[in-house]
Amino acid sequence: MQKEIDMLDVHKIRKDFPILSRKVNGKPLVYFDNAATSQTPQVVIDAIVDYYSGYNANIHRGVHTLSQEATDAYEIARKKIQAHFNAKHTHEIILTSGTTHSINIIATGFTDLLSKGDEIIVSALEHHSNIVPWQMLCERTGAILKVIPMNEEGELIIDVYDTLLSNKTKLVFTNHISNALGTINPIEEIIDKAHEVGAAVLIDGAQSCPHIKPDVQALDVDFYVASAHKLCGPTGVGMLYGKEEWLNKLPPYQGGGEMIEQVTFEKTTYAGLPHKFEAGTPNICGGIAFGVALDYMNSIGFEAIASYENELLAYGTQKLLEIEGLKIYGTSKNKTSVISFNLDNIHPYDVGTIVDKLGIAVRTGHHCAQPIMDFYKIPGTIRASFSFYNTKEEIDALVDAIKKAKMMLG
Amino acid sequence: MTIKEIQEEIIDEFAMFDDWMQRYEYMIELGKSLPLIEEKYKTDNNIIKGCQSKVWVHAEMNDDKVEFTADSDAIITKGIIAILIRVFDGQHPSAIIDADTDFIDQIGLKEHLSPTRANGLVSMIKQLKMYAIAYQTQLN
Repeated sequence: MQKEIDMLDVHKIRKDFPILSRKVNGKPLVYFDNAATSQTPQVVIDAIVDYYSGYNANIHRGVHTLSQEATDAYEIARKKIQAHFNAKHTHEIILTSGTTHSINIIATGFTDLLSKGDEIIVSALEHHSNIVPWQMLCERTGAILKVIPMNEEGELIIDVYDTLLSNKTKLVFTNHISNALGTINPIEEIIDKAHEVGAAVLIDGAQSCPHIKPDVQALDVDFYVASAHKLCGPTGVGMLYGKEEWLNKLPPYQGGGEMIEQVTFEKTTYAGLPHKFEAGTPNICGGIAFGVALDYMNSIGFEAIASYENELLAYGTQKLLEIEGLKIYGTSKNKTSVISFNLDNIHPYDVGTIVDKLGIAVRTGHHCAQPIMDFYKIPGTIRASFSFYNTKEEIDALVDAIKKAKMMLG
Repeated sequence: MTIKEIQEEIIDEFAMFDDWMQRYEYMIELGKSLPLIEEKYKTDNNIIKGCQSKVWVHAEMNDDKVEFTADSDAIITKGIIAILIRVFDGQHPSAIIDADTDFIDQIGLKEHLSPTRANGLVSMIKQLKMYAIAYQTQLN
C-alpha cells in the first residue's frame, strides 16, 4: 500500500494548491472540508486569469475573434466533460450552475411527464437539495414520494427498495455517495432494477466525482449530475448528463437567450441540445476552468486518488476511534474518505469552534441532511472529509485538536 | 450597575487572559452560571433562529426591568448568551435598546460578530433587543 502513496506524491501535489500554505488563526491550515468544496490548483486559477485577461467575451454569437476563442474554449470544455464521464454525445452534456441547478432541470422537466398516482423513489441518504425539488414536483403533479430507508451503518436497505418498485415508479433518484456519511450506494443495482420496471434514474454524483470516475454509458444511467467545485474547479458551475432521448423529451427549464432557434411574437422554436437547457449567458469562465480541473485530476489519476484516499480513511478511522467517547456515524464497508463523528455528548458546534481555532477546517451541523440526523437522533455531526492533497500528519493534527476540544468541553 | 459598567467589568476579566484557550475556557465557565430558562419556556417559539446550536431565550419584565433566562445545547453558545444576559439582565428596556455591543470586540470574540457566523451572536443580540423594544412599548 505504501507504494500507492509514493505513486501519488502528496508533497509535490500540495505545491499545486496555493491555499494549502496559508495559516488560519496562526496555525497551518488543515483543510478537511473537501466534501463541501475542494481546493483549487494553480492551473485552474491560471485558466480563470487567462480567460479574463485574454479572451473574455460572450459565446455562440459574436463573429469577432474574442468571441470565437471563448466559444471554442467553452466547447472544448464540454468535450472534456463528455470524455471524462464517457457520454456518447457531446450534446448530452449540459453545463449548469451546479448540481442543484441540474436536479431542478430534471425535476421541473418531469412535471409534464407525471400523472397523479405516479411514484418517485428517493433515498433516505439525501441532501436537502435532493429532497425539496421532488416534494415540489409531487405537489405539482399529485405524484407520490417514496423513500428507500437506511440501516444503522448508513446503508440503503435494498430489500425495501425492491418492494417500493412497481409499474407506477417513474423516476428513481439517489446520490452515488452520501455527503453526510460517505456511504457509496450500489447504484448499478439501483439503476438496473429501476429499468426493469421502466423507471428513469437520476444519480447525484456531487460527492462521488471527486473520488470515482463514473462511466455513464456503462452504468446505463439516464441522468447524472455533478458540481465543478468538488472537483478542484470553481464554484457556480456544474453539469447535467442526460441520455439524448430523455433530454429531447424534457421541456426547456428557463426561457432566454441561447435556448431559442427562432422567435416571433406568435411562436418560438427552441434550440437543439445542449443549448435548449442553457438559457442566457452561462458561466463561461467557470465552464472552461471546469475542463481544466478535470484535466488536472485525470493527470493524477482517479485510481491513485481513490487508493490514497482509502489509505487516509483507514488511518483517520483508526486514529479517531482511539479517542475515548468518539462515535463514528456511517460505518459501511463501502464508503469514501468522509468521517462523520461525535464526541460523547458534546455538541458538534462546540468541537468545530475549538478545532477551527487550531487551524483545522471541518464541517459541523446537519450537513443539509436532517433526515439522517433524525435517524440517529443527533443534532448533527463533525465531518472530516479527506482529499488526495491531505496527509496523515494533518490527520494527526486533527486528532490532537479533538483531544484538546474534549479536554476543554468535556 | 449600568450596562456600560458591566461591559467594562467583563472587558477587565477577559484582559487577564493571554490566549484564546483561556478566553474560551472562561466563556465555558460563564456558560455554567447562566440563569437557566424554565423547561416550560423551552419551546420552538423561544428558539433563536440563525444558530447552528439551539438557543432558547425567555424574557419577562418586573418593576420595569427586563429579566432574561436562557439555555443552549452547545456549551460555547451558552457562554456567549451568558455574557449577553449578564450585560442586559435587570436593565430598563430603554437602556437595553440604546446599548452598544462594542465590548464583544474588546474581549476577543469579534469573530463571532459576523452576521453569517453560524452561532448567531448577532441574532441573539437582536432577539434580546427585540424583547426590550416590546416591553418599552408596554411602558409607553
